[in-house]
Amino acid sequence: MRKLIDTQPTSTTNSPLGKGRAHESAIRQVCGEARYVDDIPEPGNIAYAAIGTCPYTTGTIDSMDLTEVKKSDGVLDVITIDDIPGHTDIAPVFDGDPILADNLLLFHGQPVFAVLAETVDQARRAATKAKITVTETEPTLSVEQALKQKTFVRPTHTFGNANAMDTVNKASHVIQGTLDIGGQEHMYLEGQVSLAVPDEEDRMKIYTSSQHPSEVQKLVAEVLGINLHRVIVDMRRMGGGFGGKESQAAQWACLAAVFAKRNKRAVKFRLPRQQDMTVTGKRHPFENRWQVGFNDEGLIQGAEIEVNGNCGYSADLSDAIVDRAMFHVDNGYYLGDSHVVGHRLKTSYVSHTAYRGFGGPQGMIVAEAIMDGIARKLGEDPLTVRKRNLYSENTGFTTPYGMTVEDNILPEMIAEVETRCDYWQRRQAIASFNRSSPVIKKGLALTPVKFGISFTAKHLNQAGALVHIYTDGTIQVNHGGTEMGQGLHTKIAQIAAHEFGIDMDDIEVTATRTDKVPNTSPTAASSGTDLNGKAVQNACVIIKQRLVDFWAKELGLSADNAVFKNKALHIGEHHIGFAELVQAAYMARVSLSSTGYYRTPKIFYDRDKGTGRPFFYFAYGVAATEVMIDTLTGENRVTRVDILHDVGASLNPAIDKGQIEGGFIQGMGWLTTEELKWDASGKLLSNNMATYKIPAIGDTPPIMNVDLYNRPNAQDSIYHSKAVGEPPFMLAISVWCALKDAISSLTDYGHDPYLPTPATPERILQAVEQAKHSANKESDL
Amino acid sequence: MVRFLLNNEPVELQVDDPNLTVLRYLREQKSRCGTKEGCGAGDCGACTVVVATPTPEGDQLDYRTINSCISLMSSLHGKQLITVENLGEAQSLHPVQQAMVDNHGSQCGFCTPGFIMSAFALYHSSKTIDREEAIHALSGNLCRCTGYRPIIDAALSACAHRQPDQFDKQQAQTLKALAALNAESSNQKATSLLMPKNRLELGQAINTHPEAKLVAGSTDLALEITQGQKQFQTLISLSQMAELKQIEKSNNALQIGAMAPLNEVATAITASYPELEELFTRFASLPIRNQATLGGNIANASPIGDTPPLMLALEANLVLDNGEQSRTLPAREFFTGYRQTALAQNEWISQVVLPCKLANQQVSAYKISKRHEDDISAVCAVFSLVIENNVIKKLKTGFGGVAATPVACLELEQALLGLNWSDPTCVTLGKGILADAFSPIDDVRATAAYRKQVLANLWHRFWLEHQTDNQIPTRVVSHA
Repeated sequence: MRKLIDTQPTSTTNSPLGKGRAHESAIRQVCGEARYVDDIPEPGNIAYAAIGTCPYTTGTIDSMDLTEVKKSDGVLDVITIDDIPGHTDIAPVFDGDPILADNLLLFHGQPVFAVLAETVDQARRAATKAKITVTETEPTLSVEQALKQKTFVRPTHTFGNANAMDTVNKASHVIQGTLDIGGQEHMYLEGQVSLAVPDEEDRMKIYTSSQHPSEVQKLVAEVLGINLHRVIVDMRRMGGGFGGKESQAAQWACLAAVFAKRNKRAVKFRLPRQQDMTVTGKRHPFENRWQVGFNDEGLIQGAEIEVNGNCGYSADLSDAIVDRAMFHVDNGYYLGDSHVVGHRLKTSYVSHTAYRGFGGPQGMIVAEAIMDGIARKLGEDPLTVRKRNLYSENTGFTTPYGMTVEDNILPEMIAEVETRCDYWQRRQAIASFNRSSPVIKKGLALTPVKFGISFTAKHLNQAGALVHIYTDGTIQVNHGGTEMGQGLHTKIAQIAAHEFGIDMDDIEVTATRTDKVPNTSPTAASSGTDLNGKAVQNACVIIKQRLVDFWAKELGLSADNAVFKNKALHIGEHHIGFAELVQAAYMARVSLSSTGYYRTPKIFYDRDKGTGRPFFYFAYGVAATEVMIDTLTGENRVTRVDILHDVGASLNPAIDKGQIEGGFIQGMGWLTTEELKWDASGKLLSNNMATYKIPAIGDTPPIMNVDLYNRPNAQDSIYHSKAVGEPPFMLAISVWCALKDAISSLTDYGHDPYLPTPATPERILQAVEQAKHSANKESDL
Repeated sequence: MVRFLLNNEPVELQVDDPNLTVLRYLREQKSRCGTKEGCGAGDCGACTVVVATPTPEGDQLDYRTINSCISLMSSLHGKQLITVENLGEAQSLHPVQQAMVDNHGSQCGFCTPGFIMSAFALYHSSKTIDREEAIHALSGNLCRCTGYRPIIDAALSACAHRQPDQFDKQQAQTLKALAALNAESSNQKATSLLMPKNRLELGQAINTHPEAKLVAGSTDLALEITQGQKQFQTLISLSQMAELKQIEKSNNALQIGAMAPLNEVATAITASYPELEELFTRFASLPIRNQATLGGNIANASPIGDTPPLMLALEANLVLDNGEQSRTLPAREFFTGYRQTALAQNEWISQVVLPCKLANQQVSAYKISKRHEDDISAVCAVFSLVIENNVIKKLKTGFGGVAATPVACLELEQALLGLNWSDPTCVTLGKGILADAFSPIDDVRATAAYRKQVLANLWHRFWLEHQTDNQIPTRVVSHA
């Protein structure tokens, strides 16, 4: 067998790997030239769609009078579910997501019909003119109610020892806790949008802002009642996704396609912001509870943990989301004899969906709440308790779901941050500040992240690529991943440039298209580069082998030690320029195009037994955060953050740092200012940017030190890098813990305050009042 | 006819639809899709463009950001509209664009054009740019990807080495072109958009179109168009009412034209009341303050506007005009009900008269909101105190977010008179009164209980902060 071509980066070449290259679209973005779906020059026969809703939460639609809608200026077509030619359920995995209301109303603001008109305004105005009568039914508007009614979107899953409570009860100390965890609006700056262009006969071309073009292709085909090979989906870039365009971008593409087919016109469907916020799902709110037994050292002996995901009206991706919450209730800690239960509750809200972390954050926060609880109970510093409970020789290496933690680097990462951020000195300084400051209190917390990398749905862990070399030596790379700002295409271009030893300028990563690479997985689970990078590398290696074989034969040499570097192929003493090589190969009839493929090794999960290795590896991180709170108003500020994050051997440190900083701030928003509010009838009140507040520029901590932990992935991932999209989001749990630490100072750290999330000023003030109250009670005794 | 420069190209536009926003004009009529719509409500800044106008001296250009999604075409008359596509020269990026690339300031890129425009306006400001200044300049732009650090770095690095750019080099020509536009008559032939130039014309416009709304900065009115699908048949734009834009100081009072944009108002007011800097900095965002007017904020009579509480506490007078005669009304008598005012149907606010600060007067304005920047107050509280020999001689208040109108607390104003200011009784008495003074509502921003509690606690804060030699820190964020 021939020796494989070296795929490791070497410092002697022009390789862009490991360098902080700018985002491939950066120049176009700063000039306003980067095109999003709404910017694509419109076909001449375009019309615009809008959806109509009705102001009830749940019930049966008795009548729908659309006369005024149809008569409204500029209206071309109006459809209900009865007008859908093919499938009417566009659910991604399990049934239950009607494309338009199917007799039953499932949540407040559900799309009931759709309008097509000559202008956007005409369509949106017409959509307000329907007369719909509904017999209302009682909605389910809380997790508690759903638990009582036993209404689930999917069956409950459990793992661990069902008798773990025996161990918990035998422990010297037991704490129990509950936590309400708020959801989160994705607030991608570019809202949901699709453009459907009818092609010959019944063929359809779709431009969409979606993380999952293959699913859009499938659903459009099904809704139209045609086969997949007649639909092409093109996705160049999204203006942000964050999970919100994984399953829930499809509906708008499908509706546009139905109109396009019926009217033989191109159809654009862009949701106005308020509607976008109302009709698309959010991060799942969770209500979690736990009982934990521990010894005098604070070491956990056993744990019984229940996570309750508020899934909304349908399953969507909730099964996997609640699973991931369950897989992360341990975070980096050994839970001893443990049992984990995950309920997927069916409620009368919009169907909650994927969001960066995919349930992981809502599970992981439980572990950190437990650490705080143990620390306050024992009067120890929370960091001491955290360190003691980490997976280690002292504790154990087996997770509650039976996976062995192999590359356990958290102890050394925590030690590094502890030193770098002067944790103990600052702890002292904060204590003394708090003693002398009656109104403003400071808090500090250092929390770790251990996040499992792989789709927990095993079949999604595969990827394809298609690489073309043209005769001038330039290359087009296609792959199944989508670009939403995370820098995937930049990393892919770096990989291809490295493989061929050429400049990134000679690599063009094209729009993601279902006719270039078929049957792709969503760009989700932080897996974009891991999966597609390997697939692209595989395609490159195949072509490289052909080129090496060809040129070695020309030279009459062995192909051993062939290297592509510095825009040339080198074999022994010989080298040939890349473009020259490509032209010679072309003339000699060597194929210059190849597909590539990758599937993640090692992973499996036995759902019946609740054990397995659902993750190829873990990505780690550590954050130390300092905050200030105002005990008169609940106002607060993150004043300093120190982060050390594990990205393996970084493919692009600048992009990785961008993911870490951006993830942290987004997580901070989730836990502080971003409050979803529904009224008593189930109507979303925080339905625009004036009432739902994501972090603004002034919320960026004035001191934010972010470092990459420089150690290659122990697993054979793409050049031993690690996934980075989601894990840093959870570094922000340190903000929540630091806020609690500040509040806890009011009781001389004797009480662990109850602080549901998001910790808005109002909630912080409530917790402050409770702390003052319990401190007073104490001093009265 | 609205005349303006689109970058360097003179445009003469017959505005048949007075509801047309600058954003839709750019994207739909000019196919300039670099400017993005993120929210259509002036909250995200993806649509930020820059408008250049001659300075009062006329020899320079003043570059200001606005939210094009809630700006109507009438606001452009006589100005230069600059969009992201035109910043760079031939083959090279503008320094703010280059810095954004170099600092990895764009990820998904959708907010990027807006940030670029805000940074461009900052690049042209005469201020020394530090981190805080950069943050203020970019505070109207939301980014969901980066966490902002690289964007702050980009703005700082671009502004650290400012060189004249193509706009500086073309300044004389631009000024000339703008003067030419302004010299021509701006008569709008269509009756859908009226652009009166003085109080007589305005009075006539109102009389002939009694149903038409007046448009000042349009930052609230345009929401009815972009969010409420409303189509106004006729609008009366105040953009050409030069006499309503003057700010003068005389006889210990500021006379502020109702059409003066809030940023200019802020400069004038904070010259006398430097402690009000925070309230103005936190009033919406910079692009909104560049557009929105003091008169608009008052006439709107929203219970959650931030300047009405100030008007109440500082005992401002409002000059109301109908083109024929004007009258003066205390601000305290202006707000008559939920979004109801004492304005007659044919009247407008022409001027706000604000007394200058007394030597022994102490003022604080507090705003409490979920997010520190660019948010609407859950509670806004303004306290104005006059002390002689440590005895309270006068106390005036103004509150937002606690009632159906902006409101003062007369009970508190009376109860504290004559008390010794350093006596802690002032705290307990004031807190007790404020906690039960109003019946606020639960809404998306806060509960009634929180509003009441915070109102009382803000009095506590006010008392602490105005004790002589107070050493107790009271703020998590301090504004310079």
